[in-house]
Amino acid sequence: MTCVEDLDKEVILQGSSFKESREYVEAGFTEIYYVDPGFRLFEKHIIGIPPIAIGMDHDFIVFPFTKPCYGTFLLKVEDAEEAKRLRSLKLNTKKGR
Amino acid sequence: MNEQKEKNEVILFLGCPEVPVQMGISLYLSYILVKKGYSVTVAANPSVIKLARVSDPERHYMGRMIDLDHCIGDLAEKKISFDTAIAFAHNDAGITYATTIRYLHASRLILVIIGRNAEDLKKLVDFQCEMVVEKTVHNPVELKKKLDEVFL
Repeated sequence: MTCVEDLDKEVILQGSSFKESREYVEAGFTEIYYVDPGFRLFEKHIIGIPPIAIGMDHDFIVFPFTKPCYGTFLLKVEDAEEAKRLRSLKLNTKKGR
Repeated sequence: MNEQKEKNEVILFLGCPEVPVQMGISLYLSYILVKKGYSVTVAANPSVIKLARVSDPERHYMGRMIDLDHCIGDLAEKKISFDTAIAFAHNDAGITYATTIRYLHASRLILVIIGRNAEDLKKLVDFQCEMVVEKTVHNPVELKKKLDEVFL
């Protein structure tokens, strides 16, 4: 597994606010998991405002990636192993914390 | 003695350096805090670290500097701890980082919101922290006064 910068990824949103990235996931996916800031995904701890929405579609994982100078990116990565790991964690599927 | 030192750990979280006042005021803050006996660490992205190294080549003001994302990782894994965090934000990403820091560590958090959109960014903050808000991009004078009230 590689770090986020090296992943083969599709950029769905770039330079967005964190709120916009969450709303995009919630509007576009039926399988959504909510995680807390610091959750480890692709060997990186997620920066975010809880609850952080991660969208799943088969082996595709859609998640926010925030950079200090460029805002929040919403990335789409195909990774069967990581998708399987996420599903096995029994993460929260409801927005309420 | 060690206990005394541990109580004085401060970490500065610096965001994107595109707002010039951040670099100047963070050099000043680091100077003041060290002078007052705090142990200061700066967590920043590579651009900020390069700026700091060029601005302060002999490290008179900024001592220990670490990569921002590595620092967040260490916080998440409970590898580091501190007594006070001072986080700078001038954009949505800065608020997002500050929220993450708040979530990962229960220390005192002082959020310094700067830049042209400071007042709008302030409205995004819905977590517990002390806020210093100044709508400034270049001029550090009013911001310095507000920070002096916190630390002097």
